[in-house]
Amino acid sequence: MKKYTDTGKKDTRSGFGAGLEELGKTNENVVALCADLTGSLKMDAFKENHPERFFQVGIAEANMMGMAAGMTIGGKIPFTGTFANFSTGRVYDQIRQSIAYSNKNVKICASHAGLTLGEDGATHQILEDLGLMKMLPGMTVINTCDYNQTKAATLAIAEHEGPVYLRFGRPKVANFTEEDQKFEIGKAVQLTEGKDVTIIATGHLVWEALQAAEELEKENISAEVINIHTIKPLDKEAILKSVKKTGCVVTAEEHNYLGGLGESVARVLAENNPAPQEFVATQDTFGESGNPLELLDKYGLNAKAIQQKVEKVLKRK
Amino acid sequence: MSQTQQLEDFVTQVRRDILRQVHAVNSGHPGGSLGCAEFFTALYQEIMDYDTKFDMDGKNEDLFFLSNGHISPVFYSVLARSGFFSVEELNTFRKINSRLQGHPTTHEGLPGIRVASGSLGQGMSVAIGAAQTKKLNNDEHLVYSLHGDGELQEGQNWEAIMYAAANKVDNLISTVDLNGQQIDGSTDTVLPLGNLKDKFEAFGWDVLEIQKGNDIEAVIKGLQEAKTRTGKGKPVCILLHTVMGNGVDFMMHTHAWHGKAPNDEQLETGLSQNPETLGDY
Repeated sequence: MKKYTDTGKKDTRSGFGAGLEELGKTNENVVALCADLTGSLKMDAFKENHPERFFQVGIAEANMMGMAAGMTIGGKIPFTGTFANFSTGRVYDQIRQSIAYSNKNVKICASHAGLTLGEDGATHQILEDLGLMKMLPGMTVINTCDYNQTKAATLAIAEHEGPVYLRFGRPKVANFTEEDQKFEIGKAVQLTEGKDVTIIATGHLVWEALQAAEELEKENISAEVINIHTIKPLDKEAILKSVKKTGCVVTAEEHNYLGGLGESVARVLAENNPAPQEFVATQDTFGESGNPLELLDKYGLNAKAIQQKVEKVLKRK
Repeated sequence: MSQTQQLEDFVTQVRRDILRQVHAVNSGHPGGSLGCAEFFTALYQEIMDYDTKFDMDGKNEDLFFLSNGHISPVFYSVLARSGFFSVEELNTFRKINSRLQGHPTTHEGLPGIRVASGSLGQGMSVAIGAAQTKKLNNDEHLVYSLHGDGELQEGQNWEAIMYAAANKVDNLISTVDLNGQQIDGSTDTVLPLGNLKDKFEAFGWDVLEIQKGNDIEAVIKGLQEAKTRTGKGKPVCILLHTVMGNGVDFMMHTHAWHGKAPNDEQLETGLSQNPETLGDY
């Protein structure tokens, strides 16, 4: 099995900040808007280097989304930055009408998604955002797994015409994908080759899936780990090809099992090739305060949980 | 024929278009539409500098955003009669497979519509964004927006109002249609708006009032005055005093016709008060 190395823990939001900084230099149409979270979103470098293209809107996310929609008229490519909760649930109707239905070229960039936001607790830990955003017609939905991938995704979405939701997180996590990788929206990345089970993971749980696969190998279970960074449009072919071979699947995401990646995968399988599936996701619950690792353990969102679900799904084959 | 008479004829035809559009599908919003016939006519026939190629790229032309999207009948009529699309297309208003959706949308590619509106309170933010892009593009053209008075009950407006003044968005003219009515009754009975002039000024806007919002000459004069106040560090607000249902006697001064279509007899009465001028579609 192919092994991956953590080249040093980094936060995905810094990958976003690095990507945005680069876009500032390479694409004069890129503008950035932030709702009083410049430091948290790592947008400082863009702000300092391109103050004329940085718009501090204050704690007013609804206005930010509307302004971003308006700024596309005349050719700008707005990147909005705030926490995932305030990027989606708080402003759903603004996104729905002014951005998605109006098909505006806005990039909604959302940090601090999921439980790994940690100690601030459930008010800030959105676990419903992927579902909210994937239900909007025309919205592209991306959840990146590490620093390098987040930076690459940030660069890629600037080239994509149409609204995008880019989700990333707060904590420092393993950085294991290639530096300066090419990011293809809608294209799954097969990380390991296996024959017994497919593990489809997104966001922070991709590294956990790789850890689980290594443990499973010790039990002579061969796991094929696929990184789905684009929840919508979903890479159906990659999913079907792998599950046809392995005959079962575990999906893993830092999100509610209702509305997330797992349900999208289940729909693809139900329509084409029904197969046993287990879900590593939160079970229709809010989060709580705690440190990220403790929370992932308590809510069953780590390598250990993935391993257990693999053992369970294998028995259903 | 004097220029004022020509514009008044235009307004009369727009009123006919409004009544006929909503009557044909027994739905839509005639009251607010009628009240703004002079405003739209002034904007598109006299005030705005827009690209008559209608390529919609938004560059090097004045832009208009309708925030209270439910008054689409007046918007569609004036756009059609200003050349954005054919007047015959008004026949498709609110019907299936039409570009003239109940509330305006870019989704169907109708020239003149730059953002969807209908869910209230979002248009000023969009207009501010477009105004900021104009500044980045060194485009001297202006951005106009229209808002209902009841619509100002939506909080997003006040985020936008605060932002525009703080950031000196002075290439924006936002007009509030002060007809004093909303669905459930007068704005004073539903949720009083207080002194809007004081409120906008307190937020840092330059405010002017057009007392006779249904007098085409007064509206043009007011809009021209507003234009002279742009570029001076403050966003400009026009408080436009109108009468809901203006021009159709039984629809005036009431909220009853906010979102209700006339029946056959009422249509005939309304049309008889507004004789055909430019030709019905």
